[in-house]
Amino acid sequence: MKKTVNKSAWAGLLCAAALLALVVILENVLDPNKNIMVFAALKKGAVYALVAVSMNLLNGFTGLFSLGQAGFMLLGAYTYAILTIPVSQREAVYYIYNGSAVNFSLPELFGGGAFGLVLGVVLALVLGGCVAAAVAWLIGLPVLRLKSDYLAIATLGFGEIIRAVFQWDKLGPVTNGANALKNFPTFSSFNITNGSGETVLRLSTFTAFLLAGICIAVVVLLINSTYGRAFKAIRDDEVAAEAMGINLSKHKRLAFVISSFFAGVGGGMFAMFANQAQAKTFTTAMTYEILLIVVIGGIGSVSGSCIAAFLYVAASEWWLRFLDAETFIGGFKVPLLRNGFRMVVFSVVIMIVVLFFRRGIMGDKELPDLLKKRRKEGAK
Amino acid sequence: MKENVLKVENVTMQFGGVVAVDNLNLEVGKGEIVALIGPNGAGKTTAFNVITGVYQPTNGAVWFQGEKIVENHPQGKMKQQYKGEHAGDYAQVLAPTPDKVTRLGMARTFQNIRLWKSQTVFDNVLIAKHCRATSNVFSAAFRLNRKEEAAQRENVLELLETVGLADVKDEPATSLPYGKQRRLEIARALAAEPKLLLLDEPAAGMNPQETEELTAFIGEIRDRFHLTVFLIEHHMNLVMNISDRIYVLDFGKLIAQGDPAAIQNDKRVIDAYLGVSEDA
Amino acid sequence: MQYAISILLSGVSLGGQYALIAIGYTMVYGILRLINFAHGDVFMVAGLMMVYLTASLPLAASIPLVLVLTVLLGFIIERAAYKPLREAPRMSVMISAIGVSYLLQNLATYVTGGLPKMYPEIPGISNTITIAGVPTKVVTVVTPVLVLVLVLALTQLIHHTKVGMAMRAVAKDFETAQLMGIKINAVISVTFIIGSFLAAVGSVLYFTNYQSIVPLSGALPGLRAFVAAVFGGIGSIPGAVVGAFIIGISESVIKGSSWSIFSDAFTFALLIIILVVKPTGLFGEKVTDKV
Repeated sequence: MKKTVNKSAWAGLLCAAALLALVVILENVLDPNKNIMVFAALKKGAVYALVAVSMNLLNGFTGLFSLGQAGFMLLGAYTYAILTIPVSQREAVYYIYNGSAVNFSLPELFGGGAFGLVLGVVLALVLGGCVAAAVAWLIGLPVLRLKSDYLAIATLGFGEIIRAVFQWDKLGPVTNGANALKNFPTFSSFNITNGSGETVLRLSTFTAFLLAGICIAVVVLLINSTYGRAFKAIRDDEVAAEAMGINLSKHKRLAFVISSFFAGVGGGMFAMFANQAQAKTFTTAMTYEILLIVVIGGIGSVSGSCIAAFLYVAASEWWLRFLDAETFIGGFKVPLLRNGFRMVVFSVVIMIVVLFFRRGIMGDKELPDLLKKRRKEGAK
Repeated sequence: MKENVLKVENVTMQFGGVVAVDNLNLEVGKGEIVALIGPNGAGKTTAFNVITGVYQPTNGAVWFQGEKIVENHPQGKMKQQYKGEHAGDYAQVLAPTPDKVTRLGMARTFQNIRLWKSQTVFDNVLIAKHCRATSNVFSAAFRLNRKEEAAQRENVLELLETVGLADVKDEPATSLPYGKQRRLEIARALAAEPKLLLLDEPAAGMNPQETEELTAFIGEIRDRFHLTVFLIEHHMNLVMNISDRIYVLDFGKLIAQGDPAAIQNDKRVIDAYLGVSEDA
Repeated sequence: MQYAISILLSGVSLGGQYALIAIGYTMVYGILRLINFAHGDVFMVAGLMMVYLTASLPLAASIPLVLVLTVLLGFIIERAAYKPLREAPRMSVMISAIGVSYLLQNLATYVTGGLPKMYPEIPGISNTITIAGVPTKVVTVVTPVLVLVLVLALTQLIHHTKVGMAMRAVAKDFETAQLMGIKINAVISVTFIIGSFLAAVGSVLYFTNYQSIVPLSGALPGLRAFVAAVFGGIGSIPGAVVGAFIIGISESVIKGSSWSIFSDAFTFALLIIILVVKPTGLFGEKVTDKV
């Protein structure tokens, strides 16, 4: 059995490498100005995939119905932004508050340039995750004892409280109050430029995929470890889990903290995607989006969450855009198509999935399981 | 005198006004197989739940391997509602969670099988080893605990072979027939490396042949794993053939205790539970 | 002093409107153990329906029509989105409720074009009167009275009719009630009908006060009403009413102070404190789980 485990690990690594290579090639072959939608969708998809996987870890694998994801993303996004806005830009960004209370930036601290950028960004993202994890640890104390529906509402509440705090005027010098934080390193900062400022190698989508990929890989490792199995035991029957020596509060808290860490990193990445960080983006509606992605992909399937994230982003940002546009065929105005119709169609699709395809795309299986099945059936 | 692995002292469990277990006193000696019998609703599973930390007793204490692990006295509303004796004897409050009790060396099975439905046979037993793992979440996630995990997996395989389930180890646990599922639950409990094994109606739903096999099996594992066994059962053949001693519960009270022969002839037990054979 | 009275009045009025919504939450939770996330949005849709109906119909026709249509909406939602999932794990039903809420909000955005709509003036209750020297609308006085009347009627229904007894039985033990021959579907539908009816009445009162309606106008009052229901003890109708008045008055006080941006956060903080300290709320009952 050990041999097959190593085999699938190498196979997974190979696939991931192939995917990354494909992304780099795509981004440098296709004209970026004509394909903005494609690459925006890919980047957002990568970010949402990470956050969906983090939510699935908690909801799908441990059985804890938490609706606080947006709040943790907010914490990660703000931590990232606050720590990476270049010192020279701070006055401009924090103009209402006459400058920022934080007067250094990690990339510059590490000497600027490519090395400083990479190290600074990675550290800022990790710290963003840590802040989210720390808050999750504090919240977890009282909240994780609650029954599933109450846990959902309590975490939803914390998400809203966090958002209110970050919009508070008095914290302006740190958070910029209700204004957006901008001008920090984004995915595009990773494009390699030559001396005259021309872009030589586009790496923005690659960076998004690499960061998300590494985090998701860590989650997968966790899920397949003894702790991951303990989480699944808690989900399936926590009374039995407790009777078999698994401390419920410790493990639930662990799942909550780890999930929030990755939601925080995802939040930082979202800021990199959106080129700004503003509290009012991280609403409960965003948590619902992620939840619906998890449901569509399959509660308890990492590959499902990834696939569903890309499908969702592609559909909402790109493919279904036409539903919002007033279209005319000849002189005839197509009924129903106008602004907002896309979201209605979307919501109907969600309801159909929830009612008729409850197991989602992948159920609780992963991509390798499906391929194994095919091989078995092929051998027969 | 055998040393006590388990000692239950003056345990009363009261839910509001209902007394489920009334001043229970019992002992289980090392290496013994002791049975707890009685009609349905007598409080047997409740007693198990108190011993394993699922419920906090209203009053009384439990010792395991010579150390006190559970203790409580009536508090709050219960002070007025408490109907039993020895209320003043227990000053401390010791309320371990069930996982702590398991780590101390007790493992149990359930009256209604509680396997982890999404997991395979192998994983159901492997998960019970988690509480004995010394790795933390980082070393586990980054596979720094390879040796420990390999050793645990080997141990699980051995256990599955002992219970005769090694051939189905990769099947989903729910695909097993009922009798095998019960054996799986026992294997799982054994994986937690207990000194005391608590079995809640292990023969429930089994036919006479399966019950015979189970009787032999319990004796085997007791010897092989140096266990003490405390079981609840309704199958009297199993109970009488395997038990060293028996405790009889009725309406929460202990009405008799002794070896199988004594219990079978005890009038109170016959009236309350066993009944008389028709041709008597 | 005047300021305090105006705060108190608006708090009482708000509390009454929340009470009407809270009853819907607490009744549904008591029977189905489901937090009906969509309830607040049903309330909002009732408000929008009034806006659109009064554009073509006289008020005398619009008001009853709104009540009927809202009841119909609540009934349909239960049949279409919750009934099929009754055997499913709790998470699935909650996700369905969230989905319905999402759908209603997006439909509202689509239909209204994203612009706020103005609620019509209902003669009688939107007139201004003066109480203790403080100018306010008639609706402020009508609300608590109407709430009391409706709650009394509801209590009578629950304790003195067959339907009410059936509802109480189902709330106590779902499975056994079914086994005893109670028509579960009918009982559940009645629960949703009553809840939606009260929400519709609440919307008339609420939007007469806060006349601008946007698709998100139901979410916050809905959540506040839910907190009120939990505060009072989920499953208990008098609890929901008491909780709602307390929440309404607190909200009014906070909005009038310098901490007004924290008014939502306060509601949630209150919810979390209740859930952690006394999850059964003021009037709730404790239930032990059998292992």
